[in-house]
Amino acid sequence: MIQGIPLEHFLIVSTIMFFIGVCGFIIRRNLITMLMATELILNSVNINFVVFNRYLYPDQLQGQFFSLFIVGIAAAEASVAIALIINIYRKMQNIEVENVNELKF
Amino acid sequence: MFYLFAGIILICSLLSITTRRILRAAVYLLCVLLATSGLYFMLNYQFMAAVQLTLYAGGIVVLIIFSILLTHHITHRFKHPNITKLLMGIGAGSIGIGLALVTILSHSFKATTNPELPVDMTVIGTQLLSTEKNGYVLPFELISILLLASMIAAIVIAKKEKNKNTEI
Repeated sequence: MIQGIPLEHFLIVSTIMFFIGVCGFIIRRNLITMLMATELILNSVNINFVVFNRYLYPDQLQGQFFSLFIVGIAAAEASVAIALIINIYRKMQNIEVENVNELKF
Repeated sequence: MFYLFAGIILICSLLSITTRRILRAAVYLLCVLLATSGLYFMLNYQFMAAVQLTLYAGGIVVLIIFSILLTHHITHRFKHPNITKLLMGIGAGSIGIGLALVTILSHSFKATTNPELPVDMTVIGTQLLSTEKNGYVLPFELISILLLASMIAAIVIAKKEKNKNTEI
Protein backbone atom coordinates (compact mmCIF):
# COMPACT_ATOMS: atom_id res chain seq x y z
CA MET A 1 0.00 0.00 0.00
CA ILE A 2 1.50 3.29 -1.09
CA GLN A 3 0.60 6.48 0.80
CA GLY A 4 -2.34 4.64 2.37
CA ILE A 5 -4.23 4.21 -0.89
CA PRO A 6 -5.43 0.67 -1.64
CA LEU A 7 -5.02 -0.91 -5.05
CA GLU A 8 -8.75 -0.99 -5.67
CA HIS A 9 -9.06 2.80 -5.84
CA PHE A 10 -6.64 2.97 -8.75
CA LEU A 11 -8.52 0.16 -10.47
CA ILE A 12 -11.87 1.93 -9.97
CA VAL A 13 -10.50 5.12 -11.54
CA SER A 14 -9.05 3.30 -14.54
CA THR A 15 -12.21 1.21 -15.04
CA ILE A 16 -14.45 4.27 -15.08
CA MET A 17 -12.06 5.99 -17.48
CA PHE A 18 -12.06 2.96 -19.78
CA PHE A 19 -15.82 2.85 -20.03
CA ILE A 20 -16.06 6.63 -20.47
CA GLY A 21 -13.81 6.07 -23.48
CA VAL A 22 -16.04 3.27 -24.80
CA CYS A 23 -19.12 5.45 -24.29
CA GLY A 24 -17.49 8.32 -26.15
CA PHE A 25 -16.54 6.01 -28.98
CA ILE A 26 -20.19 5.03 -29.37
CA ILE A 27 -21.70 8.50 -28.95
CA ARG A 28 -19.39 10.69 -31.01
CA ARG A 29 -19.78 10.89 -34.75
CA ASN A 30 -16.56 12.66 -35.66
CA LEU A 31 -13.35 10.87 -36.58
CA ILE A 32 -11.04 13.02 -34.45
CA THR A 33 -13.15 12.73 -31.31
CA MET A 34 -13.36 8.98 -31.83
CA LEU A 35 -9.57 8.94 -31.98
CA MET A 36 -9.51 10.88 -28.71
CA ALA A 37 -11.80 8.30 -27.10
CA THR A 38 -9.39 5.59 -28.21
CA GLU A 39 -6.55 7.47 -26.54
CA LEU A 40 -8.58 7.55 -23.31
CA ILE A 41 -9.05 3.77 -23.47
CA LEU A 42 -5.34 3.09 -24.07
CA ASN A 43 -4.38 5.46 -21.28
CA SER A 44 -6.59 3.70 -18.75
CA VAL A 45 -5.10 0.34 -19.69
CA ASN A 46 -1.67 1.89 -19.11
CA ILE A 47 -2.67 2.93 -15.60
CA ASN A 48 -3.76 -0.64 -14.90
CA PHE A 49 -0.45 -2.12 -16.05
CA VAL A 50 1.66 0.30 -14.03
CA VAL A 51 -0.42 -0.04 -10.87
CA PHE A 52 -0.38 -3.83 -10.96
CA ASN A 53 3.37 -3.75 -11.43
CA ARG A 54 3.83 -1.38 -8.53
CA TYR A 55 1.50 -3.01 -6.02
CA LEU A 56 1.68 -6.73 -6.80
CA TYR A 57 5.08 -7.39 -8.40
CA PRO A 58 7.48 -4.65 -7.34
CA ASP A 59 10.44 -7.01 -7.93
CA GLN A 60 9.91 -7.02 -11.71
CA LEU A 61 9.40 -4.46 -14.45
CA GLN A 62 6.97 -6.16 -16.86
CA GLY A 63 4.07 -3.78 -16.37
CA GLN A 64 6.24 -0.78 -17.00
CA PHE A 65 7.66 -2.25 -20.20
CA PHE A 66 4.26 -3.18 -21.53
CA SER A 67 2.91 0.28 -20.87
CA LEU A 68 5.96 1.72 -22.65
CA PHE A 69 5.16 -0.43 -25.68
CA ILE A 70 1.50 0.60 -25.52
CA VAL A 71 2.52 4.27 -25.55
CA GLY A 72 4.71 3.64 -28.59
CA ILE A 73 1.95 1.83 -30.45
CA ALA A 74 -0.52 4.59 -29.54
CA ALA A 75 1.80 7.18 -31.03
CA ALA A 76 2.18 5.17 -34.25
CA GLU A 77 -1.57 4.62 -34.47
CA ALA A 78 -2.33 8.29 -33.91
CA SER A 79 0.07 9.40 -36.62
CA VAL A 80 -1.34 7.00 -39.23
CA ALA A 81 -4.92 7.82 -38.23
CA ILE A 82 -4.33 11.55 -38.52
CA ALA A 83 -2.71 11.13 -41.93
CA LEU A 84 -5.79 9.19 -43.03
CA ILE A 85 -8.16 11.78 -41.55
CA ILE A 86 -6.43 14.67 -43.29
CA ASN A 87 -6.48 12.78 -46.56
CA ILE A 88 -10.19 12.03 -46.19
CA TYR A 89 -10.84 15.69 -45.41
CA ARG A 90 -8.95 16.72 -48.51
CA LYS A 91 -11.12 14.50 -50.68
CA MET A 92 -14.53 14.90 -49.05
CA GLN A 93 -14.32 18.22 -47.10
CA ASN A 94 -15.94 16.43 -44.17
CA ILE A 95 -14.94 14.02 -41.43
CA GLU A 96 -18.27 13.01 -39.93
CA VAL A 97 -18.58 9.24 -40.09
CA GLU A 98 -22.01 9.26 -41.67
CA ASN A 99 -20.79 11.25 -44.64
CA VAL A 100 -17.67 9.18 -45.23
CA ASN A 101 -19.36 6.25 -46.89
CA GLU A 102 -17.48 5.83 -50.13
CA LEU A 103 -14.40 3.72 -50.51
CA LYS A 104 -13.37 4.55 -54.05
CA PHE A 105 -13.65 7.55 -56.29
CA MET B 1 -3.12 13.93 -3.61
CA PHE B 2 -4.36 10.76 -5.28
CA TYR B 3 -7.96 11.84 -4.94
CA LEU B 4 -7.16 15.20 -6.57
CA PHE B 5 -5.63 13.43 -9.58
CA ALA B 6 -8.47 10.91 -9.72
CA GLY B 7 -11.05 13.70 -9.67
CA ILE B 8 -9.25 15.57 -12.45
CA ILE B 9 -9.06 12.39 -14.54
CA LEU B 10 -12.71 11.47 -14.14
CA ILE B 11 -14.19 14.94 -14.59
CA CYS B 12 -12.00 15.89 -17.53
CA SER B 13 -12.51 12.60 -19.36
CA LEU B 14 -16.27 12.93 -18.93
CA LEU B 15 -16.11 16.53 -20.19
CA SER B 16 -13.92 15.60 -23.12
CA ILE B 17 -16.53 13.24 -24.53
CA THR B 18 -19.52 15.47 -23.80
CA THR B 19 -18.34 18.93 -24.76
CA ARG B 20 -19.63 20.30 -28.03
CA ARG B 21 -16.54 22.21 -29.06
CA ILE B 22 -13.81 20.00 -30.44
CA LEU B 23 -10.85 22.14 -29.36
CA ARG B 24 -12.07 22.06 -25.77
CA ALA B 25 -12.32 18.28 -26.01
CA ALA B 26 -8.64 18.18 -26.96
CA VAL B 27 -7.70 20.42 -24.03
CA TYR B 28 -9.66 18.22 -21.59
CA LEU B 29 -7.83 15.20 -23.02
CA LEU B 30 -4.57 17.00 -22.31
CA CYS B 31 -5.69 17.51 -18.68
CA VAL B 32 -6.46 13.79 -18.36
CA LEU B 33 -3.02 12.82 -19.67
CA LEU B 34 -1.24 15.28 -17.38
CA ALA B 35 -3.11 13.95 -14.34
CA THR B 36 -2.18 10.42 -15.37
CA SER B 37 1.48 11.33 -15.43
CA GLY B 38 0.95 12.80 -11.97
CA LEU B 39 -0.30 9.39 -10.84
CA TYR B 40 2.87 7.78 -12.19
CA PHE B 41 5.01 10.31 -10.30
CA MET B 42 3.05 9.43 -7.17
CA LEU B 43 3.82 5.74 -7.70
CA ASN B 44 7.53 6.58 -7.93
CA TYR B 45 7.90 5.61 -11.59
CA GLN B 46 9.63 8.71 -12.85
CA PHE B 47 10.66 7.28 -16.22
CA MET B 48 7.13 6.19 -17.06
CA ALA B 49 5.80 9.61 -16.05
CA ALA B 50 8.36 11.36 -18.25
CA VAL B 51 7.45 9.16 -21.21
CA GLN B 52 3.78 9.91 -20.61
CA LEU B 53 4.46 13.65 -20.51
CA THR B 54 6.62 13.81 -23.62
CA LEU B 55 4.90 11.29 -25.86
CA TYR B 56 1.25 11.58 -24.93
CA ALA B 57 0.88 15.11 -23.63
CA GLY B 58 3.56 16.52 -25.89
CA GLY B 59 3.25 14.49 -29.04
CA ILE B 60 -0.18 13.03 -29.54
CA VAL B 61 -2.16 16.00 -28.23
CA VAL B 62 -0.19 18.38 -30.45
CA LEU B 63 -0.89 16.12 -33.45
CA ILE B 64 -4.59 16.03 -32.60
CA ILE B 65 -4.77 19.81 -32.19
CA PHE B 66 -2.99 20.29 -35.52
CA SER B 67 -5.45 18.07 -37.29
CA ILE B 68 -8.38 19.83 -35.61
CA LEU B 69 -7.09 23.18 -36.79
CA LEU B 70 -6.62 21.82 -40.30
CA THR B 71 -10.06 20.31 -40.58
CA HIS B 72 -12.44 22.49 -38.55
CA HIS B 73 -13.48 26.05 -38.00
CA ILE B 74 -12.82 27.11 -34.44
CA THR B 75 -16.39 28.20 -33.85
CA HIS B 76 -17.77 24.89 -35.06
CA ARG B 77 -20.14 23.16 -32.63
CA PHE B 78 -21.44 19.64 -32.84
CA LYS B 79 -25.10 18.94 -33.03
CA HIS B 80 -26.54 16.93 -30.20
CA PRO B 81 -26.31 13.18 -30.81
CA ASN B 82 -29.60 11.47 -31.37
CA ILE B 83 -31.27 10.02 -28.35
CA THR B 84 -31.11 6.29 -29.12
CA LYS B 85 -27.36 6.44 -29.72
CA LEU B 86 -26.91 8.40 -26.50
CA LEU B 87 -28.94 5.88 -24.50
CA MET B 88 -27.08 2.96 -26.10
CA GLY B 89 -23.72 4.51 -25.27
CA ILE B 90 -24.63 5.29 -21.68
CA GLY B 91 -26.16 1.83 -21.27
CA ALA B 92 -23.09 0.04 -22.60
CA GLY B 93 -20.82 2.18 -20.43
CA SER B 94 -22.75 1.71 -17.20
CA ILE B 95 -23.28 -2.03 -17.67
CA GLY B 96 -19.56 -2.41 -18.34
CA ILE B 97 -18.59 -0.33 -15.32
CA GLY B 98 -20.93 -2.36 -13.11
CA LEU B 99 -19.66 -5.73 -14.26
CA ALA B 100 -15.98 -4.78 -14.09
CA LEU B 101 -16.30 -3.16 -10.65
CA VAL B 102 -18.15 -6.17 -9.20
CA THR B 103 -15.42 -8.45 -10.49
CA ILE B 104 -12.59 -6.25 -9.25
CA LEU B 105 -14.01 -5.66 -5.79
CA SER B 106 -14.83 -9.31 -5.18
CA HIS B 107 -11.32 -10.48 -6.08
CA SER B 108 -8.56 -10.36 -3.53
CA PHE B 109 -5.14 -9.47 -4.89
CA LYS B 110 -2.03 -11.07 -3.43
CA ALA B 111 1.28 -9.25 -3.65
CA THR B 112 4.63 -10.99 -3.92
CA THR B 113 6.94 -10.93 -0.94
CA ASN B 114 10.14 -10.63 -2.99
CA PRO B 115 12.33 -7.61 -2.28
CA GLU B 116 11.53 -4.46 -4.23
CA LEU B 117 13.55 -3.62 -7.31
CA PRO B 118 15.02 -0.12 -7.50
CA VAL B 119 13.62 1.53 -10.61
CA ASP B 120 16.27 3.87 -11.91
CA MET B 121 17.25 4.46 -15.50
CA THR B 122 20.13 1.96 -15.59
CA VAL B 123 17.98 -0.95 -14.45
CA ILE B 124 15.28 -0.11 -17.00
CA GLY B 125 17.81 0.27 -19.81
CA THR B 126 19.65 -2.97 -19.08
CA GLN B 127 16.47 -5.00 -18.78
CA LEU B 128 14.98 -3.47 -21.89
CA LEU B 129 17.98 -4.40 -24.04
CA SER B 130 19.11 -7.67 -22.50
CA THR B 131 18.68 -11.08 -24.08
CA GLU B 132 18.85 -12.89 -20.75
CA LYS B 133 15.87 -13.92 -18.63
CA ASN B 134 13.48 -10.99 -18.10
CA GLY B 135 15.00 -9.27 -21.12
CA TYR B 136 12.81 -7.38 -23.55
CA VAL B 137 14.93 -7.01 -26.65
CA LEU B 138 12.52 -8.84 -28.97
CA PRO B 139 9.48 -6.59 -28.40
CA PHE B 140 11.84 -3.61 -28.48
CA GLU B 141 13.03 -4.53 -31.97
CA LEU B 142 9.50 -5.35 -33.07
CA ILE B 143 8.21 -1.98 -31.97
CA SER B 144 11.05 -0.20 -33.73
CA ILE B 145 10.11 -1.95 -36.98
CA LEU B 146 6.46 -1.05 -36.35
CA LEU B 147 7.35 2.60 -35.80
CA LEU B 148 9.40 2.69 -39.00
CA ALA B 149 6.56 1.09 -40.97
CA SER B 150 3.97 3.47 -39.58
CA MET B 151 6.17 6.48 -40.30
CA ILE B 152 6.58 5.43 -43.93
CA ALA B 153 2.87 4.67 -44.16
CA ALA B 154 1.92 8.07 -42.79
CA ILE B 155 4.17 9.83 -45.29
CA VAL B 156 2.87 7.77 -48.20
CA ILE B 157 -0.76 8.36 -47.23
CA ALA B 158 -0.43 12.07 -46.61
CA LYS B 159 1.63 13.12 -49.60
CA LYS B 160 -0.03 14.48 -52.69
CA GLU B 161 0.04 12.45 -55.85
CA LYS B 162 2.01 14.10 -58.59
CA ASN B 163 0.42 13.39 -61.93
CA LYS B 164 -3.26 12.81 -61.36
CA ASN B 165 -5.84 14.15 -58.89
CA THR B 166 -4.99 17.78 -59.42
CA GLU B 167 -8.62 18.83 -59.21
CA ILE B 168 -8.48 19.11 -55.43
